[in-house]
Amino acid sequence: MIKEYKTIREIASPLMIVEHVEGVTYDELGEIELPSGQKRRCKVLEVEGDRAVVQLFESAQGINLAESKVRFLGHPQQLAVSEDMLGRVFNGMGEPIDGGPAILADAHKDINGLPMNPAARAYPAEFIQTGVSTIDGLNTLVRGQKLPIFSGSGLPHAALAAQIARQARVLGDNETFAVVFAAIGITFEESEFFINDFRRTGAIDRTVVFSNLANDPAVERIATPRVALTAAEYLAFEKDMQVLVILTDITNYAEALREVSAAKKEVPGRRGYPGYLYTDLATLYERAGRRQGKKGSITMIPILTMPEDDKTHPIPDLTGYITEGQIILSRDLHRKGIVPPVDVLPSLSRLKDKGIGVGKTREDHAGTMNQLFAAYSRGKDAKELMTILGEAALSEDDKLFAKFADEFERRYVSQGNSTNRSIQETLDLGWELLKILPRRELKRIKPEMIEKYLPKEE
Amino acid sequence: MSGTITKVSGPLVVAEGLADANVSDVVRVGSQRLIGEILNMTGDTASIQVYEETSGLGPGAAVETTGMPLSVELGPGMLDNIYDGIQRPLPEMRALTGDCITRGTDVKALNRQKKWDFVPVAKVGDKLAPGDVLGTVQETTAILHKIMVPYGVKGEVTFLAGGLHTVDEVVAAIRDEKGKTHELTMIQRWPVRIARPYTRKYVPSRPMNSGQRIIDTLFPIAKGGTAAVPGPFGSGKTVVQHQLAKWSDVDIVIYIGCGERGNEMTDVLMEFPELKDPRNGEPLMKRTVLIANTSDMPVAAREASIYTGITIAEYFRDMGYDVAVLADSTSRWAEALREMSGRLEEMPGEEGYPAYLASRLAQFYERAGVVECLGSDDRQGSVTAIGAVSPPGGDISEPVAQATMRIVKVFWALDSSLAYARHFPAINWLTSYSLYLDTLTPWYTKQFGEGYMRNRAKAMQILQEENELQEIVRLVGQDALSPADRLTMETAKSIREDFLQQNAFVDEDAYSSYLKQYKLMDLVLRFDTLCRDALQKGADMEKLFTIPSRERVGRAKMADAKVFETEFAEIEAQMKREIEEVIAGGEDE
Repeated sequence: MIKEYKTIREIASPLMIVEHVEGVTYDELGEIELPSGQKRRCKVLEVEGDRAVVQLFESAQGINLAESKVRFLGHPQQLAVSEDMLGRVFNGMGEPIDGGPAILADAHKDINGLPMNPAARAYPAEFIQTGVSTIDGLNTLVRGQKLPIFSGSGLPHAALAAQIARQARVLGDNETFAVVFAAIGITFEESEFFINDFRRTGAIDRTVVFSNLANDPAVERIATPRVALTAAEYLAFEKDMQVLVILTDITNYAEALREVSAAKKEVPGRRGYPGYLYTDLATLYERAGRRQGKKGSITMIPILTMPEDDKTHPIPDLTGYITEGQIILSRDLHRKGIVPPVDVLPSLSRLKDKGIGVGKTREDHAGTMNQLFAAYSRGKDAKELMTILGEAALSEDDKLFAKFADEFERRYVSQGNSTNRSIQETLDLGWELLKILPRRELKRIKPEMIEKYLPKEE
Repeated sequence: MSGTITKVSGPLVVAEGLADANVSDVVRVGSQRLIGEILNMTGDTASIQVYEETSGLGPGAAVETTGMPLSVELGPGMLDNIYDGIQRPLPEMRALTGDCITRGTDVKALNRQKKWDFVPVAKVGDKLAPGDVLGTVQETTAILHKIMVPYGVKGEVTFLAGGLHTVDEVVAAIRDEKGKTHELTMIQRWPVRIARPYTRKYVPSRPMNSGQRIIDTLFPIAKGGTAAVPGPFGSGKTVVQHQLAKWSDVDIVIYIGCGERGNEMTDVLMEFPELKDPRNGEPLMKRTVLIANTSDMPVAAREASIYTGITIAEYFRDMGYDVAVLADSTSRWAEALREMSGRLEEMPGEEGYPAYLASRLAQFYERAGVVECLGSDDRQGSVTAIGAVSPPGGDISEPVAQATMRIVKVFWALDSSLAYARHFPAINWLTSYSLYLDTLTPWYTKQFGEGYMRNRAKAMQILQEENELQEIVRLVGQDALSPADRLTMETAKSIREDFLQQNAFVDEDAYSSYLKQYKLMDLVLRFDTLCRDALQKGADMEKLFTIPSRERVGRAKMADAKVFETEFAEIEAQMKREIEEVIAGGEDE
């Protein structure tokens, strides 16, 4: 028997205090009924004796302390899941907003999920070809990985993420795939860009969209990625699908978290973000992965905009400590007109080593990858020196490295948003560029590989 | 003894009616019997940190104390296993509850069904004291597990039962002076927050061979020492930790994944059974205990995980083994501490961390050391503690890194700019240090003669000079340098690329023996000596720097462990010949 309380004592949005409650538990979902009959959602953050601190998911506007009623539903927030979710659009709380019928639930899942037992995980090792050279060749993505895009305001991260979603496939494989797209506090235009792209390529029928736009309630954003991941887990581990999850923008999520934390008067950590931001982000990101004995997988591409392009800001910093690498976009390259402007050197995929090589991509992959990184790094140093001292100050070798760096950016990195390169094309292009360098400098590659793959002089 | 919950706020639960409970007691909370630990007591009200998710818990639910502090079970069956932060075996939890960790799961740390072959060492009638060995069990092919008399038990052996037994069967009995008989099983229990006792402690004097060139040759760590590996994300902390876990010449490795990625633990789980110990050919997993409390698992258990790990390490140390504890990452542990402190509404210290952060860190690292174990056979054991530190933004001025630096003796500073250039391990040779150099030098000298440390000193000097010369090059260009300085730059580059860089993913390079390290450094420095001599004789600098044998030096580290000595000798001979040709060529002109 669910009780109704008319004992709201205090509202300081987004928090509300309800007194004289009985049997209320931590993290329980609640429902507020306004005098007008309108209903709003909330959840319990703390209970002490008969007093509950409750967090509203929507605005507090219009809630009347005396007339509004609160009901606690006896369970944490849940999502009704079913395969029919594919092709549908939901709001940030998981309710349909596309005018279609409600989902006939196959099951109701707690949106917080459960931590995956490390002994049950299967190590991600299947190469995903994204068709983007800087990712496939240098920062290889594998199935079950979480690889964020670190971007800045005004950088084309959406175009890159859409390109990956469009082109990504596992070689020699035709399993069912699905895309779960969570818009977290982004603008209508950005959200439409993704949805139109899914529509254009026909992927929309295999896509579940959760949309919390910039003008939707900020606190609702705390639930949005969890709702999306709950849907993804269902599709991947119960329906055997290969799910790609795109979460954009995590910065908005962290700000919503900070808003609630500040309202609760918690001791703040760095830059006012709560001390548990790391743990909180981890409970999102770690839901990606593969499980032993299950066919499906969750590959995650969270997108975040770095405030002031600062990689040490708490949001990108903590994200980088949890995710398995990062793709960083560079403003300099963007200004130079390089598309996609992937900043190769600080970008990284931690799981690449298990996803490349013989039987996966090609035997020369690991060696050429390290050589391209090392050579580009040296080339950039040489170019820096050149701007200070002029070309004459460079040694003959360094001049070649500088030339390599330019060619590398122009041909390898800048491929445009519509070119889909196979991994063979990417690797061959790498060799063509390495030809610029003196052969004795190719220390990272085994001699027999050089013999076999380095294009011969005509 | 049972109390009632009055408040729930995340992992913190407050309960009243617990007057009989002790601080640090383990309690069972609510109908799901979640595991918690008492942090504070006020009157009969206890603040409890709960090691599992508290969703669905509310006032009125029951809290029951077990009357025991948080303890681990010590005995055969820990090796080759993977535990969560409070020593619950993860494979068994998976069998019980599926792919995800559900709450209130009660699993014994040591398997109660498995039978071990207990071979008595003591005899009936022996007078034994704590730490004396009763008997042994071949736990894995690599490790002989010694069953010791537990702390606090002393007297005459009245019963010993060899043969196959489960861990909770009585295998021995001891009658103490008061005539009381203690029945002993193969299990000991020990509270994790208290260090296990030993007879005396020594200053570490033997190096721990890690097979990593920059560590063994430039910044060595002693067995029983402490080290920190700080670095921003992507700089390779975890790879360094994995390399140490794989190749260190210790008997036992305890790897604590504390608030880190789930897939990294999976990586260890998949890889270690395949890898062979270079010293005895046994699979590495047979000497390893994994503690995995990944970042998505409850935060309070993360706080407990490093104590669980180091207590298990001390137990193996007490058998006379060399143990390495690798904690990845202590920053996540400190954050767990901060989160609980915040919920307890304690007054925060720096950056919200509790004021007792530094003392807790010091207590942890101080449990490392070389000791003479309890027991009458004077055996020695050691615990080496190596902690990763993940400073926000890679800035080591933050509290956890600073508190750690005050305690540890070795500091391997990882550098993101090296990592960007794919120079791995990305340990910065200018900012790292080892305070064990002096105490370890006699060992190196005894094994390899004075050359080893002389080479080290020379290499460090060249690297230091390179750093200064680079400043000049950046201002006025390379041409302004004298030929001797140009040579220093070339040698430094060779030290960096041909010696320090080590590829963890290539079999021939992942592990370097001391001898190979010594000879390789010798080869790299030989180039410097020979060229310096040649320059004096007026040889052409550019020609010296481009002699063909240098390419072979670059590949020398890939030489197989069996043939590297002949290979290096050949390269050296070729180098000598080529340099002489360059000198001769110069005189002709």
